[in-house]
Amino acid sequence: MHVTVDRGVCVGAGLCALAAPRVFDQDEEGLVLVLQPRPSGQDRDAATEAVSLCPSRAARVSET
Amino acid sequence: MTETVTTAGDAPPKFPEPRTCPYDPPPGYVRMSERGPLHRVTLYDGSIGWLVARHAEARRLLADPRLSSDRTRPDFPVTTPRMGRMRTQAPAFIGLDPPRHGTLRRTVLSGFTVRRVRALRPDIERIYREFADRLAVRKPPVDLLPAYAQTAPTQVICLVLGVPYADREFFEEAGVRLALATDTEQSKQAGADLSRYLDGYLRTLEGRRSAWAGPGLLGKVAGQVTAGVLTHEDAVRTAMLVLLGGHEALASMIVLGTLTLLNHPAQLAALRADPAGYPAAVEELLRYLSIGDTIVRVAKSDVDIDGVVIRAGEGVVVPHAVVNRDGEAFPGPDALDVRRPARHHLAFGFGVHQCVGQNLARMEIEIALSTLFTRLPGIRLAVPAEELSLRHPWQVQGVNELPITW
Repeated sequence: MHVTVDRGVCVGAGLCALAAPRVFDQDEEGLVLVLQPRPSGQDRDAATEAVSLCPSRAARVSET
Repeated sequence: MTETVTTAGDAPPKFPEPRTCPYDPPPGYVRMSERGPLHRVTLYDGSIGWLVARHAEARRLLADPRLSSDRTRPDFPVTTPRMGRMRTQAPAFIGLDPPRHGTLRRTVLSGFTVRRVRALRPDIERIYREFADRLAVRKPPVDLLPAYAQTAPTQVICLVLGVPYADREFFEEAGVRLALATDTEQSKQAGADLSRYLDGYLRTLEGRRSAWAGPGLLGKVAGQVTAGVLTHEDAVRTAMLVLLGGHEALASMIVLGTLTLLNHPAQLAALRADPAGYPAAVEELLRYLSIGDTIVRVAKSDVDIDGVVIRAGEGVVVPHAVVNRDGEAFPGPDALDVRRPARHHLAFGFGVHQCVGQNLARMEIEIALSTLFTRLPGIRLAVPAEELSLRHPWQVQGVNELPITW
């Protein structure tokens, strides 16, 4: 699994940092940061949930 | 064919429809949801628009850039008298589209990050404890709204905004006046008083030659004025939006959350025994109560949803209460279950306008409820639940007062 983000469309809702705090974070200005681009185990599930919750499709996962 | 066919000349049902129970969606919306995702409704201004009644379609439409939030558009529907009155005023970022929306929204994000909100936790807990302590020494019955649910959140938002301590009592008093009833002279005056205060205070900060002109978000937006990103008027509107955005909604969630848990004693007992269950309970209460029923957009171009076409210029309303009771998204949707995974509810909206203060709101509802149920172990309603009067369908949903005893 590979996690990518588009900070250009991020609206800073913070759901990713709430749902998957080991995978995503927010910078001081509230925009998304990736902490762990290749999550494994429980963090994979959390990242998948975070991506489905993201209101602006700024966070994405791919299987490659 | 068992389906009712609307004959020519029949106007579609009126929107919004009142609730008949403080926490259930209006019965007419529920009937629509049983028939399908999209329905014709007659809006307040007489125009015919669409009501979205299912979760999946609500998510799709709220994230669709062809739907506009721009309240300055001539075709933007007027769904409440308050919106009609505000037509002549420039909207805050909630009523704008990208890219201007994003520029303005980004000026306040730093006040609401998960980390920032977590850092505020001890202060927020202290504020709610102080309000609960003052409540506990009063002679019951007491109306929970002015004594706790409307006033403690004002102190928290003053902290986030960086309002000087000496002025926080004024904010608290004006906040209660503001919430008395929508559209009364008293509430309009309270809004004008707060706006005038922010206008004056921001001007004093804007003179300072620093990107960070003072404490809290007021310092931040004032710095953005100095930097040329915002106009002074943008800064005042943005500060007002932050101040009011969560004010009525948070008060409603606290009183309805209290009422709902009192009506589900086994689930309340489980939370009292294990407070670690509160964050999940808050998500479920947000879903179950869904107090925002009047979210509105306008289509900028034709939008085809599985064969149903929303035409350019038509209004689209998304009552959160009904889309969050969709059995496809939440099995057994009409039962409160504080342990269910409910975080995919749309109580904070969806798309680029999703609530900017949602993580503060989550924490505050949790602290407000857990503090109240701990400090007042014998808390119960002071009147029969059937006697509670409900907010008008144009408002944030809730009750007009919640008399409690203990």
